Amino acid sequence: MENNNRKGWLYLLPAMLFLGVFMVYPLVDVLIYSFEEGYNFASQTYTGVGLYNYSYVLHDPYFLQAVQNTFILVIITVPLSTGIALLISVGLSSIKPLRHLYQTVYFLPYVTNTLAVGLVFMILFKKTAYMDGLVNLILNFFGSASIDFIDGPYWAKMFVLCFYTIWVVMPFKILILTSALASVKEDYYSAARVDGTPKWRIFTKITLPMISPMLFYLIITGFIGAFKAYSDAVALFGTNLNAAEMNTIVGYVYDMLYGDSGGFPSYASAAAIILFAIVLTITCINLLVSKKHVHY
Amino acid sequence: MKVVLQDLTKKFPNRNKKDRTEVTAVNNFSFEIPDGKLIGLLGPSGCGKSTTLNLICGLQKPTSGKIFFGEDDVTDLPPENRGVGLVFQNYALYPHLTVKQNITFPLENLRGKEKMTKKEMADKALEIARLVQIDTLMDRKPSELSGGQQQRVAIARALVKMPRVLLLDEPLSNLDARLRLQTREEIKRIQRETKITTVFVTHDQDEAMSISDMIVVMKDGILQQIGKPQDVYDDPVNLFVAKFLGTPPISVFHGSVKNGQLYIGDTAVLDVPGVGDREVFAGIRPEGFVLDENGSLSCVLNGVEVMGRDISIISTHKQSLNTTIRSIISAENKVNTASENVRFSLKPSKVYIFDKATEERIRFPL
Repeated sequence: MENNNRKGWLYLLPAMLFLGVFMVYPLVDVLIYSFEEGYNFASQTYTGVGLYNYSYVLHDPYFLQAVQNTFILVIITVPLSTGIALLISVGLSSIKPLRHLYQTVYFLPYVTNTLAVGLVFMILFKKTAYMDGLVNLILNFFGSASIDFIDGPYWAKMFVLCFYTIWVVMPFKILILTSALASVKEDYYSAARVDGTPKWRIFTKITLPMISPMLFYLIITGFIGAFKAYSDAVALFGTNLNAAEMNTIVGYVYDMLYGDSGGFPSYASAAAIILFAIVLTITCINLLVSKKHVHY
Repeated sequence: MKVVLQDLTKKFPNRNKKDRTEVTAVNNFSFEIPDGKLIGLLGPSGCGKSTTLNLICGLQKPTSGKIFFGEDDVTDLPPENRGVGLVFQNYALYPHLTVKQNITFPLENLRGKEKMTKKEMADKALEIARLVQIDTLMDRKPSELSGGQQQRVAIARALVKMPRVLLLDEPLSNLDARLRLQTREEIKRIQRETKITTVFVTHDQDEAMSISDMIVVMKDGILQQIGKPQDVYDDPVNLFVAKFLGTPPISVFHGSVKNGQLYIGDTAVLDVPGVGDREVFAGIRPEGFVLDENGSLSCVLNGVEVMGRDISIISTHKQSLNTTIRSIISAENKVNTASENVRFSLKPSKVYIFDKATEERIRFPL
């Protein structure tokens, strides 16, 4: 028995070792940093221990801006991208001709580089003194004045960021949902048909519950992914996100570590821990809600 | 409700797109199912029996031909307007709903005049659940039920709207042997109590024979024979039907008819008056062999299996199409297991001869 136990631990050792070194240790380290006031990389010294870092971060207008941006991004993009992906997947699985072509087309954004696509979006939405982007040309056509989506008003920039995020995250969701829909056995639909079930009821009472585990997985990972958004904003608005009012929480952490104002690992750690707390809370709420609505 | 199929044909496009020929799953099918009977559609895999069921149900449209329920032509009606209940081979119970919700699901679809209140639905569900004896399991999920219980829930769901015709697709194939025996009795009982015309599909002849009022034997989409199980067994129209029914299976020999006598090899084994000279297949049911020291059919003895009530003798013969011949005789007979050969005489009523070319039955007076 004793011997067996030792063997068991031995088998677990590689995984434990890697997880310990690369996950648990950094996490704990970040937590410690976040309480060390005035930590200095070069000298590895700090002036005191306390909650000052948190207080500073929570009073920093840039951080508050980043939190606001991140929350708007999450609240708009997660439901919209999941909903539209569901619509497209249902559409895809109910048509026969050209289905593979459409599947490929919808999947293309997934394999394209974020920054390259960001550039394309910038050109699409841009407005300079000399020329308008395609989107503005269309707006002009409908009699509206040009709007600078990249350097213009806050709501316009937020619109582009959300649009872009939805566009980028959707292919993966469509991929997952089409395969989830395909895995629902034809017999269930036949049974429902024999019973004269209306189409909408089939969708809400049979299809949705059957794919609910996958839908739930997409919502959770969608929330986490949106909270960790950063590269999308950089792709559209460049690295000086604070100036563009488009910073995100992860962007703030990065700026604190390496940005122009960089060299503040303590503030960065505090911000990271706050983000961690937010994501943890939201995920827990998600799990609680899912207990009622997800059928495994 | 009697069900009439009239010249029913169903063709499918070939899977191989280059091949333009169509696959005929059901070929010119005509028969009538009398009201309130239990009918077994029987045939080997791929013979079109499930397609026939789907046509009756309405999930598939026939290429040509008509289907009547009573006097109503239902050929062009969608399944929900036909008043059919269908039990799927894998039951297709909704896994996220409880037994009760599964049974009431069809009722919740009713609209207009037929719309039921929650209370009526619950009462109706309970009534049906009692009939199939699952009324104590109403709050369980399908995954918490045994195979037999799931089967009953599926039957309850199909019955709850009181369909005009109940259809069962391979209802017993997912159950273990013991449960299968029990469930087929159960299906018979439920059918008798509800008096709903029932059609079930099976490839297991035992199953079909044991509970059906009538069996329909199919092969390659073509109806071979229809009749009461015992009649079909005793009087098969061709070699296929003879071989398909009966366990142990019928023994088939290469034979010939000369001067009104049936020859197997060089020995005349039976008088078959009135049959012209020709090459034939001779089929002998296991119970058609009589142990007889002076019998005309001599086989090489392989072994004897004692099964209490009767014994089965396993032997071989050069002219036999089967690898072994299994004959069943009463246990009162004593078999000399040491001897090399065993001799049989034959019961004429258990011997069928079939034309070698057409495999059709050639009848002779007994």
